[in-house]
Amino acid sequence: MKKIKADPKGVLTGAHYLDGDHSLAEGGLAAGCRFFAGYPITPSTETAERFSERIPKVGGIFIQMEDELASIAALIGAVWGGKKAMTVTSGPGFSLMMENIGLACMMETPIVIANVQRGGPSTGLPTLTGQQDMMQAKWGSHGDYEIIALSPDSPQECFDLTIEAFNLSETYRVPTFVMTDECVGHMHEKVVIPPAEEIELVERKWYTGPKDKYLPYKPDKDMIPFMVKAGDGYRFHTTGLTRDERGYPVINAECQDVCVHHLVDKINKNADKIIKLEEQEIDNAEVIVISYGITSRVTTRAVEQARKAGIKIGTIRLITVWPFPEKRIKELAKKVKAFVVPEINCGQVVLEVERCAAGQAPAIHVPHCGGWVHDPDDIFKAIKEAAK
Amino acid sequence: MKKEDRLEEKNPIESLLRMDRIPHIWCPGCGIGTVVTSFAEALHKSELDLDKVAIVSGIGCTGRVAGYVKLDSFHTTHGRAIPFATGLKLAHPELKVVVFSGDGDIAGIGGNHLIHAARRNMDIMVICVNNFNYAMTGGQVAATTPKDANASTAPYGNFEYSFSLPYLAEAAGATYVARWTALHLRRVTKSIQEAFNRRGFSFIEVITPCVTLYARRNRLGDGLNLLKYYYEKSEIQHGADTRTLDISYQGKLIVGKFVDKEKPTFLDCMNEHLAKVLGEKYQLYGENND
Ligand SMILES: Cc1ncc(C[n+]2csc(CCOP(=O)(O)OP(=O)(O)O)c2C)c(N)n1
Ligand code: SF4
Ligand SMILES: [Mg+2]
Repeated sequence: MKKIKADPKGVLTGAHYLDGDHSLAEGGLAAGCRFFAGYPITPSTETAERFSERIPKVGGIFIQMEDELASIAALIGAVWGGKKAMTVTSGPGFSLMMENIGLACMMETPIVIANVQRGGPSTGLPTLTGQQDMMQAKWGSHGDYEIIALSPDSPQECFDLTIEAFNLSETYRVPTFVMTDECVGHMHEKVVIPPAEEIELVERKWYTGPKDKYLPYKPDKDMIPFMVKAGDGYRFHTTGLTRDERGYPVINAECQDVCVHHLVDKINKNADKIIKLEEQEIDNAEVIVISYGITSRVTTRAVEQARKAGIKIGTIRLITVWPFPEKRIKELAKKVKAFVVPEINCGQVVLEVERCAAGQAPAIHVPHCGGWVHDPDDIFKAIKEAAK
Repeated sequence: MKKEDRLEEKNPIESLLRMDRIPHIWCPGCGIGTVVTSFAEALHKSELDLDKVAIVSGIGCTGRVAGYVKLDSFHTTHGRAIPFATGLKLAHPELKVVVFSGDGDIAGIGGNHLIHAARRNMDIMVICVNNFNYAMTGGQVAATTPKDANASTAPYGNFEYSFSLPYLAEAAGATYVARWTALHLRRVTKSIQEAFNRRGFSFIEVITPCVTLYARRNRLGDGLNLLKYYYEKSEIQHGADTRTLDISYQGKLIVGKFVDKEKPTFLDCMNEHLAKVLGEKYQLYGENND
């Protein structure tokens, strides 16, 4: 993994007052994204608008495609043309992207997709928040595969985690999602953009060996194959079909086994390196609240109330949602009375907590169907229940 | 002369194919392979640096073409070859990008991308093999199936109107439009060569026999019978008004080059416009920022 410094051209160094959507764009530009394809959708459109304004001035290209099917296809094409590429969308557009997210997984193409979530299903609540696409991010395309998903809780993190998303997607050659939501997307806060030389980026894992020896899908020691781009004389092939190391289709169970295991293992076996959590007062906690994104900020109030009420409470904020911090939850399940999992959906990440806790501690869900954030009292009530 | 070039001289077509993937999957008598040969001929005759030519296919019998051509080659998803190619071309403008796919892929599921790439005058070439049906999945009715023809999902015959692809491509903005049949292989080669020399959105339709499904289901005989149909019913009319190119079941096939004009491409328009509006702040895209 080669580290490089950000290109100052894309970095808007300084302190700004930005909303999450605009910060996503600045994070992408700082990370070296020079290709953006997208389709307008509330509440994510501001990211596309910012890209359309900024990217032509830093040597990149913006294109508004005819739909999200086209946007994601163009992204994958652009990456094989040598660019770093990103798009942004929300629920309905996310649904349209699913098939080619699978293609990106199969072709091991690093792309970044931000989803500014709104309430669903269907057209749902275009202008109001939700966290209902969390499972879709992991399972939405057909077949077995793994992706990486991050969840920012502030405009600052929209910037930081977009850079992180690019770095992870380049490191593991996998689609990486920034799963934010309408609240964070439209929330204005201070965003500090550091100087370019303080932004560390992961360079694409370019192949440099002899041309005739290149195998597009031969895993390197770290499991990740080397990449080339079109036009460099490799005359390589890549496909969405199950393929061998040459990138040639092989339609049988043996090749499928190797291919799919590789796609899944490269993420799962590196989960410890990928996962980032923010833990507070875990050590003596009886109850742990697990939350992510905007809901972690609402949780803060409930946790304060709980402390005042004398409950020993800890918190985990999932900065990385996928891969899931399985080991950590398993470990903690042995020590705590219960987990409390508030999220703006009818029960998604809580299922993972439950699975990992494996009966050692209950996972109490605090649901919300979307449209607004939780009332902290509802979370507090669940905490009290859990502490009993 | 590079060593590679000499090899190509010895066996021009084979050196452009992935011989390690032969035998191919196509049925005996299928027309797709012959269109690939025309394409390889055109590549061979062109002056292009073949390291800078990329091919993108969607899904279908024709979609397998990308897997057999020895270029940077991408076998993508059903219908999405054109937007994939758009991303590839825009990310790396130096490339010549060719989309090679079937009628269902390009004009059915991918129809929206076809018209928008043409509208933008995206500088790519689309070679569309029209075999009047969805072959890969077993001969279902397509947007190109002529009225009255039989298909596995039109067992009583097709009663829908069909697309005239050259008309569609021209109306949407394509700057080079031709139609040939698998009988006109030299003409196909020539059209591909011409399109390589143009900038802008080129669309070449090649009407091609699907012997196993379309022909069998409609009792049209074997590949030879179909070529005979093409021979008897095709008529070369260069410059024909694309509104007159509808195909009826076993009816006349008007072929030729219908459109060949110049128009600034997407990138030309973008560069010119942004340079005008942004002035010095704008560095022309595609020059030194690859
Ligand atoms: C999203 C999606 N829907 C359906 C299919 C199934 N499918 C595979 S090929 C094909 C039709 C191909 O027809 P065409 O593009 O005309 O190619 P041909 O096989 O006739 O050359 C279909 C419907 C698919 N692969 N993906
Ligand atoms: S099914 Fe038809 S189109 Fe497909 S390979 Fe056979 S003859 Fe060709
Ligand atoms: Mg077809």
